[in-house]
Amino acid sequence: MTPVLPYTAPPPASPTAQQPVVRFDDVNLTFGDTPALVHLSFTMRAGETRVVLGAAGSGKTMLLKSAVGLVAPDSGHISLFGEEVTGRKESQLYDVRSKVGILFQEGGLFDSLTIAENVAYPLLNQHAGQVPSPAEVDQRVRESLSFVELEHTLDKFPSELSGGMRRRVGIARAVVTAPQLVLYDSPTAGLDPITANTIINLILKGRDLNNTATIMVTHRYQDGHLMANFRYNPDSGKIERAESSQLTTRFFVMQEGRLYFEGSEAELRAKQDPYVEKFARPGSS
Amino acid sequence: MLDFLKRPVETFQEFLFLSGRAFRNIFRSPHYADDILLQMDTIGVGSLFIVSLIGFFSGVVMALQMSRALSTYGAQGQIGQIVSITLVRELGPVLASLLVAGRNASGIASELGSMRVTEQIDAMRALGTDPIQKLVTPRLIAMAVVLPLLTIIADFLGLVGGYFIAYSLLNITTDQYWSTAWRALEYNDLTQGLLKPFLFAIVIALVGCYYGMNTSGGTQGVGRSTTKAVVVASVWIFIITSMLDPLFVNLSS
Repeated sequence: MTPVLPYTAPPPASPTAQQPVVRFDDVNLTFGDTPALVHLSFTMRAGETRVVLGAAGSGKTMLLKSAVGLVAPDSGHISLFGEEVTGRKESQLYDVRSKVGILFQEGGLFDSLTIAENVAYPLLNQHAGQVPSPAEVDQRVRESLSFVELEHTLDKFPSELSGGMRRRVGIARAVVTAPQLVLYDSPTAGLDPITANTIINLILKGRDLNNTATIMVTHRYQDGHLMANFRYNPDSGKIERAESSQLTTRFFVMQEGRLYFEGSEAELRAKQDPYVEKFARPGSS
Repeated sequence: MLDFLKRPVETFQEFLFLSGRAFRNIFRSPHYADDILLQMDTIGVGSLFIVSLIGFFSGVVMALQMSRALSTYGAQGQIGQIVSITLVRELGPVLASLLVAGRNASGIASELGSMRVTEQIDAMRALGTDPIQKLVTPRLIAMAVVLPLLTIIADFLGLVGGYFIAYSLLNITTDQYWSTAWRALEYNDLTQGLLKPFLFAIVIALVGCYYGMNTSGGTQGVGRSTTKAVVVASVWIFIITSMLDPLFVNLSS
């Protein structure tokens, strides 16, 4: 079954579309004596994808959390959509956060809420725009759950779903507001290969339907390979191999908070470096 | 040299910071009335049976133990006064609060701790909700309302327990027991009898929330937070009552 498309198309390109969606400028973050991010700088624009690889504890999750101000860096500047994130109060970040969708590593679904309430949560807590009417919320929740093929779980609680289903609900919640930037933290961790591929296909669809900027932290090289080389074709409703002109994915390899490597998939695979090679082979993790 | 003091001072500072934000949010929108009512039900109705039971038996035990001392002076008729003053001033608030600390400080710490380690609190922040407004302030309000009410119930049932012993074993009449019990109480006693559980409630709720919100280290961390919350809340109950008692004893003299 072809999933229903839940999204409203993003606004047409404007002069601000050339503005970086995410910009890190010499960001440093430490926890005690442990460096989490070290002199991290990069920019990305609408429609681009970054696949972040690296050993456990290399700062991948901190990169995502600092991007939306969940963790404040010790120094440096982070901006989203041209707005400075660093040095702002929590309440001043709600507007910019409402333009970002996040899938947390642990899912981050609220145990006490049903699946429908979980997916509706970002819509009902809109700070930047108007809160939609109850009928519209209901419709968008159904569409979003239908997109991840879980429309039958509306009244269930997260504890009643499998790990893969919870991850799919997390994706539905992350994209229900049609955000311009989506951050995925290890979306396939702990899942079997078939479910992992389903998840990546959904992420691809979400990305390509709305030309969304995407940062995906992962342990699996295969996830990055799919993100880099395949696109969702809305006309055929299928995942297809991307043409070379459509390749907008770059790979990061992080080591102890540093951006150890940045480049295309071909550069990643050609890199002669023992640390990078660990993450640049199918089956590597 | 004073490095060993650094961590406790930091913890206390963080606790004060969380407390300040929780109190400030009482006067700020949005207000989560549903969450407040839910917490009142969990803390109040959920603790009612155990608090009633302990309240009743503390009155029974006190009447039994004090009767021997009073009989030495031929003053067994004053048993109502002893039970009444001791329960209303001290034992009722402290026992009810210790029970609620054991039951609910742990519950709050483990619930919020689990939310912390499963990134639900980060998700809440990322989705535009202040977790202190949504999780801490409703628990603080609910606890501050419910614990004084539970204490009143514990006090009353303690007096009933004392009456049960006085009437059945000490041959004291109903009138004598209740009139001595009632006349013994002054406004000062009632004030501290209600002020104490109110302050204890604030401590229990905030300590439980603080350790829950600062949980790290997965499920083991949740266990540690839960234990710390109960121990710290219980210790603070005794510290606060020890600090308040001299004040009220001086006031009544």
